[in-house]
Amino acid sequence: MSAIEQDSNQTASKPAFTQNKDQRRHAVLKRLFVQLGVLPFLLLIAVAVFSLISENFLSLRNLMNVVRQSSYLILVSVAQMFALLTGGFDLSVGTIIALTSVVGATAMAASFNAMPEMVWLAILIGAFAGILAGTAIGAVNGLGVSLFGVSPFMMTLGMASVGFGIALYMTGGTPVYGMPVEFGNIFGFGQILGIPSPVFISILLIVILYILVNSTPLGRYFYAVGGNQKAAELSGINTKRILFIAYTLCGLIAAVAGMLLTARLDTGEANIGASMPLESIAACVIAGVSLRGGVGRIENVVLGALFIGLVQNGMNLARIESYLQTVVIGVLLIIAVIADQVRLKVMASIND
Amino acid sequence: MQHSTQKSLPPEKTGEAIPLLEFESVSKRFPGVLALDQVDFEIVPGEVHILFGENGAGKSTLISIMAGVHQPTSGVIKKSGSPITLNSVHHARSLGISAVFQEFSLVDQLTVEQNLFLGAEHQQSLFLNKSTQRSEAKRILSELGFSLNPKQKVSFLSRAEQQMVEIAKAFRSKLSVLILDEPTASLTDKETNQLFSLIEQVKRNGVGVVYITHRMAEIKKIGDRITVLRDGKYIKTVKAKTTSEKELVELMTGRVIDQVYPKIKFNPQQTLLNVKNITTTNHRVSDLSFYVRKGEVVGFAGLVGSGKSAALRACFGIEKIQSGDIYFNDENVTGHSVRQMLDKGFFYNVPDRHKEGLVMIRNCRENIVLPSLDQNENLNLGVLINKTKEKRTVISLAEKFELHPMKVNRQVEHFSGGNQQKVLLAKCLTRDVKLYVFDEPTVGVDVGTRVEIYKFIANLCEQGAAVVIVSSDLAEIIHLTNRVYVMHRGKLQGEFKDDEINENTILSQFFDREAA
Repeated sequence: MSAIEQDSNQTASKPAFTQNKDQRRHAVLKRLFVQLGVLPFLLLIAVAVFSLISENFLSLRNLMNVVRQSSYLILVSVAQMFALLTGGFDLSVGTIIALTSVVGATAMAASFNAMPEMVWLAILIGAFAGILAGTAIGAVNGLGVSLFGVSPFMMTLGMASVGFGIALYMTGGTPVYGMPVEFGNIFGFGQILGIPSPVFISILLIVILYILVNSTPLGRYFYAVGGNQKAAELSGINTKRILFIAYTLCGLIAAVAGMLLTARLDTGEANIGASMPLESIAACVIAGVSLRGGVGRIENVVLGALFIGLVQNGMNLARIESYLQTVVIGVLLIIAVIADQVRLKVMASIND
Repeated sequence: MQHSTQKSLPPEKTGEAIPLLEFESVSKRFPGVLALDQVDFEIVPGEVHILFGENGAGKSTLISIMAGVHQPTSGVIKKSGSPITLNSVHHARSLGISAVFQEFSLVDQLTVEQNLFLGAEHQQSLFLNKSTQRSEAKRILSELGFSLNPKQKVSFLSRAEQQMVEIAKAFRSKLSVLILDEPTASLTDKETNQLFSLIEQVKRNGVGVVYITHRMAEIKKIGDRITVLRDGKYIKTVKAKTTSEKELVELMTGRVIDQVYPKIKFNPQQTLLNVKNITTTNHRVSDLSFYVRKGEVVGFAGLVGSGKSAALRACFGIEKIQSGDIYFNDENVTGHSVRQMLDKGFFYNVPDRHKEGLVMIRNCRENIVLPSLDQNENLNLGVLINKTKEKRTVISLAEKFELHPMKVNRQVEHFSGGNQQKVLLAKCLTRDVKLYVFDEPTVGVDVGTRVEIYKFIANLCEQGAAVVIVSSDLAEIIHLTNRVYVMHRGKLQGEFKDDEINENTILSQFFDREAA
């Protein structure tokens, strides 16, 4: 395919009839679109539009800000990718964040209260409890989907309600205070090796997950199970186990994001993460993760989430009301899905 | 049948009448396959025209074009003498051409009468006219002699009853051509007789019936003319009454095969797989015993649904076993999982590469090594995949099978059928396998690739492996095996060795004979 591309590139650069040239340029664009998907085009458009609207947009300071703000969504989107790869999705990622935050903050505050001199132990206990709670939601999702064959839609929707209910019940709807200040200072606002902590932890996690997905048998199996469950099963893969692991892993990663967000807010909140299911699915779909399962790359998902962060930041700079911003995110999601359909059609026409 | 086409058609019931439907050199090309190659066919009023041929001969494609499901790539279709195009199933039905396929088109959650009039509801301005619909449904069902309750939900009906609904659907409007695809496969003898008297009745009303069957007894009983297809080509149209069973089988299978099949040197050694009286929970296989030795190729023949495939699937751990024992290498492996059987050295190559064989959206490389990622030490590097060795393994396998084009990182779905089949076969060479089972190894595969696949199978056997071929392609069974089991309705019908293996001995065990 690349040979043909080069070929058309070369011929396009020769002086020819303008009409012919236009056609060639179209063909090249078509191939780029098929190979890369809609994301690079959207990114280009977004950067061009927002840098025209606001001169601050392209400043290093602002871009760094975008990366830091987006790191939570990036983690959740990567988590979501695991569910999507296996052909399902997880609507409970928001709840996982809320429950992680509430449980983590409560445990941390309690142990800090009991032994005020052991700050680090309190942080460790709190983080562990929070992440465990979030992962448990993921594990229950996994059990339902794999063992009992509940559709991912119903299972994760049901668990979203269960988790949210528990989080509200535990806190009575009020924020949880009393965590050591060090927690927020280090993991919310601090830096590790000169990089903002949430960004540092995200990078670390993404590198590990990148290796898991691309270089281990387990990673392969996610794609195989999502691509053709029956074929995977007959190749000797325990598909139920793979489904279970996918949802549990999704819960785990979302829970880490939940703990980081808690550090940033300095309180445990039951009301955070409500927009996460939609935004994370949008980031994945924009990044070319197939809703039918079996297709998707982690680095693209990171870019997809960054893109959404970029758009939100740009809209903030352009003083677009936050209510209207949700409209834009929804529209972008639908555009991405339509573009994906168009891409499949264009791909078919090129193969003919 | 007052609502049939009695008036508009000439009363003669022989071949001289104007054909209801006429195909002139109709071809149909699917991606990678020429399913129909310039086929001629005609159906005249008041005849039962049998379509006869092996699986993959093009019968199904022909009737799906007749019914408007597919559109021909080239050729002319004439209805009562004038050329037409059949755009859709709906369009074909409006012209009186109705098909009853093996796969039903019923909505399980709806009732019999709702299904009957689906897409052609009786209306009174904007609303459904339920009372005329009810009485109309009752009238159709009683005329057909089907004792069905119109208010019953389809999901509660047996397969035979669902088929009745499907047939009744064809009678809801003016009928001129009725297409039946192996309609008796799931009917009892009584229901079959009912169907036959129904066919007699519609014949008298000038309807033409296109009928697909493998059963000789049925051909003799209701057939007027028989058109034989082979490899998508029209072979011959003969009169049913004057053609012998033997002639028909010759027409069906007669192909030039001498160069295609390799000569295999069999060298049977100790028994590897020993199956004793197994019955599966779904009763696709009942009380079956057989064995497979190293160094031989054992064939499993029989009609679709005879249990030949289910027998091996049961051994591989896909079908649940109710009773009986399976021994592999003298070890009782009854009820083992697929994973366990693979680890023991049993590899089952699936018949349907789309449905359960390959992950079509992933590339060749990933598909080929999928069964052996955590088994083959060569592919592992601690917990990681050894990508260099993976690439080397895959490329050497791709070269062995002459994958074309030689692009192992290309998605499997972008390859032709034959090359997809090569990828599927390559999967079993990545691990240590003692028993290879090939279920329909050459479905939708061109002759050239077929030759390569046969050579590959011959090699495996000569190197001492045990091989089983499950196939609906009789020629394949006859030329590649030294022992053949013929299955019929889940039971073993016959076993043949060496010189006993030929078309006549095997085919004689294929069909139901009780009705003849």
